[in-house]
Amino acid sequence: MDFEILIGIFPQVLLDGITLGFMYALIALGYTMVYGVLEFINFAHSEIFVIGAFVGVELLLSFKAAGWLDVLPWALVLLIILVAGMLVSGTVAVVIERTAYRPLRHAPRLIPLISAIGVSFFLQDVIRLFESLWRNSFNLVYPTMDVLNHRFELTETIDVSVKSVVVIVMALLMLWGLYTLVNRTKVGKAIRAVAEDQAAASLMGINVNRIISLTFLIGGAMGGGAGVLFGVQYSLINPYTGFIPGLKAFTAAVLGGIGNVPGAMLGGLVLGLLEAFAASYLSLLTGGAFGAEYKDIFAFSILILILIFRPKGLLGEIVRERA
Amino acid sequence: MRMPRLRRVITSIAVLALVLPVTSVADAQSKGTIKIATQSPLSGGQAVLGEGIKLGTQLAVDKMKGNLEKMGYKVDFVPFDDQAKPDVGVANAKNIIADKDIMVVIGHLNSGVAIPSSEVYKEVTLAMISPANTNPVVTDRNYPNVNRVCGRDDVQGVVGSEFAHGTLKVKSAYIVHDKTQYGQSIAEFFKADAEKKGVKVVGFEGTEEKSNFDPLLTPIKAKNPDIIYFGGIYDQGAPFFKQAREKGIKSKFMGPDGMDSSDLTKIAGKAVVGMNYTSAAGPASALPKAKAFVDDFKKKFSKNPEPYAAEAYDATVIAIKAIEEVAKTGKMSREAVSTAVRKTKLAGITGDIAFDGKGDRLKAQYFVLTVASDNPEKWGDNKIVKQLTIAPPAAK
Repeated sequence: MDFEILIGIFPQVLLDGITLGFMYALIALGYTMVYGVLEFINFAHSEIFVIGAFVGVELLLSFKAAGWLDVLPWALVLLIILVAGMLVSGTVAVVIERTAYRPLRHAPRLIPLISAIGVSFFLQDVIRLFESLWRNSFNLVYPTMDVLNHRFELTETIDVSVKSVVVIVMALLMLWGLYTLVNRTKVGKAIRAVAEDQAAASLMGINVNRIISLTFLIGGAMGGGAGVLFGVQYSLINPYTGFIPGLKAFTAAVLGGIGNVPGAMLGGLVLGLLEAFAASYLSLLTGGAFGAEYKDIFAFSILILILIFRPKGLLGEIVRERA
Repeated sequence: MRMPRLRRVITSIAVLALVLPVTSVADAQSKGTIKIATQSPLSGGQAVLGEGIKLGTQLAVDKMKGNLEKMGYKVDFVPFDDQAKPDVGVANAKNIIADKDIMVVIGHLNSGVAIPSSEVYKEVTLAMISPANTNPVVTDRNYPNVNRVCGRDDVQGVVGSEFAHGTLKVKSAYIVHDKTQYGQSIAEFFKADAEKKGVKVVGFEGTEEKSNFDPLLTPIKAKNPDIIYFGGIYDQGAPFFKQAREKGIKSKFMGPDGMDSSDLTKIAGKAVVGMNYTSAAGPASALPKAKAFVDDFKKKFSKNPEPYAAEAYDATVIAIKAIEEVAKTGKMSREAVSTAVRKTKLAGITGDIAFDGKGDRLKAQYFVLTVASDNPEKWGDNKIVKQLTIAPPAAK
């Protein structure tokens, strides 16, 4: 009986893990891109992610109030909230960089880090204040769209919801877009140049400040998009929702090799899968001795092991000495 | 650190000048201030219930303070926000015992917060009357100052498993809890009694997860239990149940009184319609004597009373009656109020209330309810499907 369950749920766990992994990958991009150009961890990124989720829910709720939710095709609605979430989060990220990080760019390394933590707390409470004044509510729920909850039954125990497919497809599209942008366009070349050497890049006629702003815009937009997808997938959000996914995405970025874009995607997927498998299998395999509550301990122990043997992360490269 | 003598003299004169007239005027007019405090989460995911406790208390203070004011006391109401966190609750408790005017605390919502906070109240024998803390430990410590007007989890868990086994006829159960003192222990009481009755418990899991329950639900779906019991609070239970239905799980749902909030349907919608939950505090609409209370509450705060608001009201009335008794003797002290609270009897809106030797309510009431509608406005329409009056287990 138990053995059948172990095998039977495998594809389902794999699918859940991949969905979660893509979510982490999208958030991890924000950490890794900023680190790539500034060598600094933007701890406010988890709130940029949550802002995306809130923009999504606010739009959906007002669509619902206006009765558009039943009229407009669901794909269009999703696209609108996704783009809006990306725009707002990207803009917020740029504003944060301009106000809280740029004045500190030449300060010792720990200073902007502390500034980032401060921004993170500030944004959490701004969102909380806004929502309690505006909707008098702490927990916000994404309105249900029946199409999204439809499930394709593959077997008796395994099925795929439209939601998961949408999340995976959207995430793949966003990742592909980013990859093309960074590696195939002139702007991407400029970003890579700034990451490699700011002084040299500016000598080549690249406006370093603009490229840094652009990096924050792209990273923030990815985070905001992830926020919308997170809300669509798991439906309940509150102002502090971003903290845990943010921390895990940061870990994913380190696991993949911080500063490395494909690394962040790989790191996110590995972490998502580890977490899903740990949560589903721990209690089955240990006969209930270790339950799902140990999923993070298990996942993070494996991370530590990986990092002991590959301290630069899975795809990390040795950082060159700066001139 | 030494102040020059002259400055010290001047400072003390200034301080005296400030303090003296105020105290003398106060002495002439009144016997001092009595403050009634609440501690409950007023911000965060459980604020809906915490706010209910605060408002229920406020209503009772406004209605009942007349007698004390005639006796020459000023009566104040001071709400504290414990954020449903033990550390915040304890920090507030330290501020509360430092304010000598506070004679009683109505609170908390969460047993995990009430237990450490009441250790602080005990230092000065400050009376605490809980409207909502159902964990057995709250009163099993035999503290002279800790009382509750609600029931106990060791009884509530059994009421739940009895209903699941006897009425719903389930054969297998999967139990999930939130790893808090409240959620885990009630889940364990449910589990122990269900197993005794021959229900097969196919899983027992704790989780602190708040949003992504997928990995937890996959094994549940594979095991296909007759019922899923969630020992915890609605802000976690609601997304759990919602995602379970979305995943195609057809099991029945059940939970303890932590599910008893309109936010459960606000978050989970259709997924929880028809689910059962137990409660150690009946809905105000079902209590025959509570109609006036519900009307007053709506008039004053223009919203429906959440669960525990009526219990907070009764707890406050008991507190004020006890303080009146002490005031008659003329020697106001926290010890005296604690002793008086334990002895006070009340025909309250939630039924007859009297405390046993360790602060449990004699004849506590337990309910099993069914969620009637996915509209959060209609939470009060939830049907009582079973009602029991059970005395607390004897002291160990």
